[in-house]
Amino acid sequence: MINVKNLSRTYGGYAAVDDISFTCRPGRVTGFLGPNGAGKTTAMRMMVGLTTPTHGETTIGGYHYHDIVNPGRHVGVLLDASAQHAGRTGREILMVGAKTMGLPTTRVDEMLAMVSLTESEAKRKLRNYSLGMKQRLGIAHALLGDPAVLILDEPANGLDPAGIRWMRDLLKGYARRGGTVLLSSHLLNEVELVADELILIGRGRIVAQGDLKSLSSLDSADSALVTPVDRDALVAALRQEGHEATPEGEGLRVSASPREVSRVSVQHGLLLNDLRSGAKGLEDLFLELTSPVQRESAPSPDSLAAVSTSKEMSR
Amino acid sequence: MSTTTEQPSPTFDFSETPRVSFSQLVSVELRKTVDTSAGKWLVSAVLALTAAVIVLYFAIADDDQLVFEEFLGFAASPQGFLLPVLGVLLVTSEWSQRTAIVTFALAPSRTKVIGAKIVAALLMAFLAFAGAIAVAAVATAAAGRNDGFSDVTVATFVLFLGLQLLNVLQGVAYGLILLNTPAAIVAFFVLPTASSIVFTSVSSLSDLAPWLDITTAQSPLVNGDFSLTGEQLGQIGVTALIWIVLPFVAGWFRVMRAEIK
Repeated sequence: MINVKNLSRTYGGYAAVDDISFTCRPGRVTGFLGPNGAGKTTAMRMMVGLTTPTHGETTIGGYHYHDIVNPGRHVGVLLDASAQHAGRTGREILMVGAKTMGLPTTRVDEMLAMVSLTESEAKRKLRNYSLGMKQRLGIAHALLGDPAVLILDEPANGLDPAGIRWMRDLLKGYARRGGTVLLSSHLLNEVELVADELILIGRGRIVAQGDLKSLSSLDSADSALVTPVDRDALVAALRQEGHEATPEGEGLRVSASPREVSRVSVQHGLLLNDLRSGAKGLEDLFLELTSPVQRESAPSPDSLAAVSTSKEMSR
Repeated sequence: MSTTTEQPSPTFDFSETPRVSFSQLVSVELRKTVDTSAGKWLVSAVLALTAAVIVLYFAIADDDQLVFEEFLGFAASPQGFLLPVLGVLLVTSEWSQRTAIVTFALAPSRTKVIGAKIVAALLMAFLAFAGAIAVAAVATAAAGRNDGFSDVTVATFVLFLGLQLLNVLQGVAYGLILLNTPAAIVAFFVLPTASSIVFTSVSSLSDLAPWLDITTAQSPLVNGDFSLTGEQLGQIGVTALIWIVLPFVAGWFRVMRAEIK
């Protein structure tokens, strides 16, 4: 289990990571989602002691990373699959890891087989690996010491669709056996199928966190998309009931719930061709919450974080 | 276990976790010096050049110079050239190849990791020393002179070994302070040479040269003269302090504080 408390890191006046707190629990995959440059990697580096935090701390399994005995045996870390010596063979890279952790050579072969790197591929130098092969090797390296916690930075980057599915199944299985997984990504669709919980980070701050369902319902502002048969009549009726309607596409966007729009149309005897929820999808929400350009138009991050926390507590 | 609603936070149990021992780290570092093509070439080059230089010396030297000390001194020059590169690479390759992320994630104690690198570098220098002794001994025996080994003393071995160890430490020190392979190698070769040029061309500095210029101070050893006076030893010590210990300490602090990226 990973416990991040008020973690911050500033460079000069710039806050790369700004007071983030969250918990990753055993048996769950936690997705750490944010655009490039949001502070995901810096946060992960602080968790494993490679970067000193300006404020705050992280404990993994109840310990600071520096106090974990033989950390590779407890925490599997993959921060950058390309950060290996280009002139070393895949197998030798795992051998170096295994020797550091005091593991037998057989473990290296087990891991190579698990990530489906063939014997001849394992004998190739890393510089001749595709990004997908590097990611597989990196996963093998992270799992060498049979850790209880996994911290993976963009592990799906460079994997083909089959590779992404493989990774998804692997991580799900790992969590089902009681493991704790934290994985970062800048692509929502990469994590939404595997993560039980999501942490959305933008510009160094957590803008929302919770499971997929509670995040989807975060867009609390009521909105409906309606295509009436008589547009002017419906606009007038809605205005009479105190709802604003603006043209959008063939129909109207109304700042009211679909149920309310339906009530108004029934009451005024108006026919509708189409009526649906105008709530934004998770992807729009993600973009809105994390994009620096659109931030002003996004709902206040603080209020969202509060909603998600209260939702989480009530679950 | 009690059945309270509050679950106890899962905490790591280290009772069955073997520690990462220092000797394990040293052996991993030794492994890393030879498990890449660059490393293999470098070590082979040290061995091959040592042998080649001895053969060359055999061919060109006058007959009365074919004694053990001369052979050993000659063997020192290619080693003095290449061993520091090995020391540099031990440190800087972690940064240029970005393996430091992995290394320090598996062994978070930077003191232990850098310590292991230093021990590994010294062990390599010791091996090179043993190799040079063996080659020089074979060459001396082959020359067949009666007085081939007559001047050999314990001091010969100690000083020659000391020179090799200082050389490789200097490489490590420049690696630590610069954390960049080309910069550290260039610094290692250019700075002492530049210093030599300054000290030999400016006549008013020539008295200070043996105390401040590492090349001048070490020149007796490099030339195979192993019978040093106390003053010469002192000069070697002072220049080592300036050229090796100070950069080493600065580099050490840099690495201890550095953000590993």
